[in-house]
Amino acid sequence: MISKLQAAALAAVVTLPLALSGPAQAGATFDGVKAKGYVQCGVNLGLYGFSAPDDKGKWTGLDVDVCRAVAAAMFGDAEKVKYTPLSAQQRLPALQSGEIDLLARNTTRTLSRDTANGLNFAPTNYYDGQGFMVSAKLGLKSAKQLNGATVCVLPGTTTEQNVADFFRANKMSFKPVVIEKNEELHKAFFSGRCDALTSDASQLAAIRAAETQNPNDFLILPELISKEPLSPALRQGDEEWSNLVTWAFYAMVQAEEKGITSENVDASMTSPDPDVKRLLGVTAGNGKALNVEENWAYAIVKQVGNYGQSYERNVGAGSKLKMPRGQNALHTEGGLMYAPPLK
Amino acid sequence: MSKLVQALNSARVRGWLYQALFVSGTLAVGWYLVSNTLTNLSKRGVATGFGFLNREAGFEIGESLLTYAASDTYLKAMIVGLLNTLTVSAVAVIFASILGVAIGVARLSSNWMVGRFAAVFVETVRNVPLLLQLVVWYTIMNRLPSPREALEVVPHVFLSNRGLKYPTFVEHAGHGWAFLALILGIIGAILIVRYGRKHRETTGKPFPTLPAALASVILPPVAVFVASGAPFAFDLPVLTGFNFEGGASVSPEFTALLIGLSVYTAGFIAEIVRSGILAVPHGQTEAGLALGLSPAHILRLVILPQALRVIVPPLTSQYLNLTKNSSLAVAIGYPDLVSVTNTSANQTGQVVEAVAMMMVVYLVISLCIAGFMNWYNRKVALVTR
Repeated sequence: MISKLQAAALAAVVTLPLALSGPAQAGATFDGVKAKGYVQCGVNLGLYGFSAPDDKGKWTGLDVDVCRAVAAAMFGDAEKVKYTPLSAQQRLPALQSGEIDLLARNTTRTLSRDTANGLNFAPTNYYDGQGFMVSAKLGLKSAKQLNGATVCVLPGTTTEQNVADFFRANKMSFKPVVIEKNEELHKAFFSGRCDALTSDASQLAAIRAAETQNPNDFLILPELISKEPLSPALRQGDEEWSNLVTWAFYAMVQAEEKGITSENVDASMTSPDPDVKRLLGVTAGNGKALNVEENWAYAIVKQVGNYGQSYERNVGAGSKLKMPRGQNALHTEGGLMYAPPLK
Repeated sequence: MSKLVQALNSARVRGWLYQALFVSGTLAVGWYLVSNTLTNLSKRGVATGFGFLNREAGFEIGESLLTYAASDTYLKAMIVGLLNTLTVSAVAVIFASILGVAIGVARLSSNWMVGRFAAVFVETVRNVPLLLQLVVWYTIMNRLPSPREALEVVPHVFLSNRGLKYPTFVEHAGHGWAFLALILGIIGAILIVRYGRKHRETTGKPFPTLPAALASVILPPVAVFVASGAPFAFDLPVLTGFNFEGGASVSPEFTALLIGLSVYTAGFIAEIVRSGILAVPHGQTEAGLALGLSPAHILRLVILPQALRVIVPPLTSQYLNLTKNSSLAVAIGYPDLVSVTNTSANQTGQVVEAVAMMMVVYLVISLCIAGFMNWYNRKVALVTR
């Protein structure tokens, strides 16, 4: 039983890799990934739509697609990824210690993570916000009616602080029930232990889609109480690696803007558009600058698809989540997805 | 030269040499791990140090013995968590001991039913992992009706999946005085018990210890309470909006953890008690009977004093286990030290510091329990004359 002590287990997980790993070197991650031949990608333990194994055990999701895009750019093969499922607590230490090369695990980009925790962030791949899910029976219209409510919260994220801030700002009170395991937390909410469940709106939709008999019995209140730009994260100190991850994602967004999909990408190779030529490597230069093959972006679009395809497949209309594009639409359609010129 | 060889061959010198080598080796490895961690953390730009303890925590805690708000510091939040850990551990130690002794004695019962029942209980709770048991208890708690359909167990006491809600007294100065009188009464009772024992040992005559001690505990607080005008007002729980307002409550998380820890540890304590009693040879009982002692006296004066010295040392490790097992609270949402510290570690990103603090705190708690139990063990140890 002694070994079950959470603290001791955490200590071993957290401190040992830090204590035993050697000093960090610039460029080490890029070279290391190239040498070992695969990307070690930190993902969620299982979040439907973002990173979860499908019925064949193959990892799929919006975050998983980032890992696959990076592998496609680096090796021309999106399958060259090994996944490390991580809890919210484990994720930052796993990245800091060098256990993983890339963290694509619905992680909110914040100032302190970017600075004090020694991380770098790639562009946001999903703009999210924290919301509340309640039973439709309560007849609530707004989160401002939650005064005195008991709220189920998952620890290890910014969620606990956000919900406290929201209630403080609106001069309301609440009681948190903080449970570490997702399944237990959801069970507590669905059995009525809490009046509301709070999490990122996308996660609430995922939970509702996957764990309820009738999704219409539950309502996601309209207020989003926080900004949650979910972004892939990297260790500081390897600009070359950071560049590759950043532009691998931008290539997906740019491909959508140019209407290039995994189906028509071969036909697009003959496109006269100079932007498309540069993107797909018909006009050389981008690959050399990133220190990869010139057809890097072609490999991404061919094997993973453009951002819109990835979105629809994993969280949009083509999935159980049915999340509207909203802020995650292209800038040309009023959203926030905007790729700088790839030249 | 031969003197050096001679010195090296001496067992004393060698002993010292090996011990010195061992200690310096351990220190060197420890120093290397600590300094390498610090170097790597600072190289990667990760903040270190304990300055974060004075920053605003910014998160709420479900239940707290102190008044705590999100605007308090991380240090205060951790103290709240520590007190929650100590509360549940202390209550569970008492429950587990009572239940454990009862089951342990029951297992030795000559009644087939009672003995079998105790055996089944012990084997079941000892052989199912505690985490599973906690989840089961918690699931049972959550299956209770919602606050709007709460069971009214006795008037004004409500049982729902938000916990047990019960009325409290509205505070009054008279209560403080009555409480003081109760403490004085307890001290008086201890003195009476001591006097009674001395009286019997010196004169050989019995002294009515029990009635006198009971009177000392009960009468003064009641007298003070009545004298201060018997202030008797209730703060009743009333259903408003989402939940009950007023009164006080025991949360489902606390209850599930308390039951889980008590039942699980009671299984082990029962076996320790059984082995302790069996360790006293049957001849002792017969000797007691031959002296004309009653069965109750035999248990209290002959069996227990000898059984306790077998029971106490393994009991200590059960108490230590119970306290450490309380950290499984994170699985069912009781805001104990580990739960609060995990949140703090996550918000600040200073995991190494937070884990180190948890380890030190658990170490100190465990050493305190062990220290107390060692003192008690010395007290009950058989004095050889």
